[in-house]
Amino acid sequence: MAERAVALSDRTGLIAAALVAALILAALVAVFAAADVGGGLGAADWAAVRFTAMQAVLSALISVLLAVPVARALARRRFAGRGALITLLGAPFILPVIVAVLGLLTVFGRSGMLNQIGGQLGLPPVSIYGLHGVVLAHVFFNLPLATRLLLQGWQSIPSERFRLAGQLKMTPRALFLALEWPMLRQVLPGVGALIFVICLTSFAVALTLGGGPRATTIELAIYQAFRFDFDLGRAALLSVVQLVLAGGAAVAALWLIPAIGLGGGLDRPLRRWDARGGVQRGIDVTAIVLAALFLLLPLGAVVLRGLRGVFHLPLTVWQAAMNSILVAGLSVLVLAVLALPLAGWIATRRRGGAEAIGLMGLAASPLMIGTGWFILINPVLDPARLSLPVTSLVNALMALPFVLRILVPRLRETLQDYGPLTQTLGMRGWALWRLLVLPRLRPQLGFAAGLTGALSVGDLGVIALFADQERATLPLQMYRLMGAYRMEAAAGAALLLLVLALAVFFICDKWGRWHADA
Amino acid sequence: MLTLEEMRIVRGDFSLAADMTLAQGRSYAVIGPSGSGKSTLLAAICGFVPVAAGRLLRDGVDITEQHPGQRGMTMLFQDNNLFPHLTVRQNVGLGLRPDLRLKAADKEKIDAALARVGLSDHAAKRPGALSGGQQSRVALARVLVQARPWVLLDEPFAALGPALRVEMLDLVQDLAQETGAGLIMVTHAPDDVRRIADEVIFVEGGRAHTPGPAAELLDNPPPALRAYLG
Repeated sequence: MAERAVALSDRTGLIAAALVAALILAALVAVFAAADVGGGLGAADWAAVRFTAMQAVLSALISVLLAVPVARALARRRFAGRGALITLLGAPFILPVIVAVLGLLTVFGRSGMLNQIGGQLGLPPVSIYGLHGVVLAHVFFNLPLATRLLLQGWQSIPSERFRLAGQLKMTPRALFLALEWPMLRQVLPGVGALIFVICLTSFAVALTLGGGPRATTIELAIYQAFRFDFDLGRAALLSVVQLVLAGGAAVAALWLIPAIGLGGGLDRPLRRWDARGGVQRGIDVTAIVLAALFLLLPLGAVVLRGLRGVFHLPLTVWQAAMNSILVAGLSVLVLAVLALPLAGWIATRRRGGAEAIGLMGLAASPLMIGTGWFILINPVLDPARLSLPVTSLVNALMALPFVLRILVPRLRETLQDYGPLTQTLGMRGWALWRLLVLPRLRPQLGFAAGLTGALSVGDLGVIALFADQERATLPLQMYRLMGAYRMEAAAGAALLLLVLALAVFFICDKWGRWHADA
Repeated sequence: MLTLEEMRIVRGDFSLAADMTLAQGRSYAVIGPSGSGKSTLLAAICGFVPVAAGRLLRDGVDITEQHPGQRGMTMLFQDNNLFPHLTVRQNVGLGLRPDLRLKAADKEKIDAALARVGLSDHAAKRPGALSGGQQSRVALARVLVQARPWVLLDEPFAALGPALRVEMLDLVQDLAQETGAGLIMVTHAPDDVRRIADEVIFVEGGRAHTPGPAAELLDNPPPALRAYLG
């Protein structure tokens, strides 16, 4: 009904949008200027492109396919611990990649649990390194995400339909065809596209589990060109390739990617009258147990191993932890300054277009932005001195698309509900933010801040480009310990990192929900 | 005085024409079939929906393009009349200061208004802790402190039970009389019309008809109104 634009100032939003665009475009321009086009892409570069695309396709496909039975089981079963399991499904999103990798190594690695059991059965050892390791880690991260999104899909089916199906005594097959398949057909492409885009720009997983000529992503190739060969031209050229690939995919996926909710209501099981048979029950139990084990074993392994190592952590780890907290705090701050006005600007606009600005962060890979800023900073200053601020900034930009997806729908709804009232009252400017927007968005803000903080604490990306021996964040320090085969200390650091990431998320999210009444 | 001068509202296929003069201090009931444009008429008067042609004048001043907050009107919507995260006192206070920087004199006014609607004991509560009727009273207390020349009601009491609705309507009428405001309200119930309306604006067939005396119209309705009333 409110056709008049609500008096949220466009100016601050435009400034924020311009700032985001400038940060990314400056990096882009620097990269393009430095790109060594003359040489073109070598054979190794093409291999990286192929590997990047292939692992992303495989990761997306496997995650989505496995998520279907798990989500279906969760949607139609009620059991003790269901709520906890669904909460746990949210964990990998804020789980530092390097921590998960250590967990996966402990379970699936050369001397891991699986190989030990296999060895006793006389099976040859399985290596986790290479394509299947990268895909395994990506599935570990994205299966839960896919499951949650599909569960949302299941819950979007009105309960009356299931009641009707129960009355009609529809067979599982008929119910699947009539109710579940139409929903899946709508939701699956978006979920797959989202995971595909996320995996395209994967760096830390490839850094730790990939590598070599047969398992290098573009992102990793940028890092190697940069770090080992110090070939800025080639790093820049690869960045351009990455931009075209990931950017193109992100823009294409923009229309498919589903909204990210707070996950409220997911723990509300629906009463179902179908799928009471033994076979269906067996399938569901298997899916749930396997999914839970797949998630819990690596996490449990990190905790157990870490408990042993956490008491003899070197001082450098604690220093790195302080740096990480600093980086995370700064990221959240930057994000608040950028995301709030941006969200305000987008929410008062018609759907579509404006949201693309936030997605620029997703399209431009972190290492590409990092490379660009390294090129810009290098002639003026020692980039290592700016490693922490740049990391914070890039982390904030990376979180921006997710944060906008969290904030904008709620803001839109708030303005729709209370816009007319604020107008008759003549509320505008800062008063409107202070009295309406901030209090109404507090839960979303807390969630978004927690997400950003946790992602930033656990990020192993740009920092690897910029850091020198003195400056490191906790994930980088942990990676160095792993590289030096100091696994005990690395495990301790992993536990510390895990606790930090979860604590950051928990504190912010709690703040958001505190007094979040009505 | 509120003048709708050859006013025309167009929204897609829908269009509504109105040409009338409303006197301040009187109460007008807007009735008509659903979808006829009653709410749209109110929204246009209040400035939420653009006017495609014609003018809207208040006391001779053209307010067609004026911001909803500056038209000397206050409107109660079907819902979302209160901010759930603010206290009752703050919600009322917004009628005085849209940035809520309240001075001592403002607070006195708020307390007086709350006392007038019988909510003195609830000033520190949030709307969620009140009943539906009490929430309506909070909104009315704000109307009282705003003391604007026109009060527009878009069925704000539709969700209340019959007895409570009548009580609220009486309160609205009293408050309007106390502040000397004109009242324009959308309603479905002929009883409400008889109870508080001086005149009736019948909206039907893309036209808001010139207001006529309420009792007379209801007792002796023209064919279109008769068809609507049943």
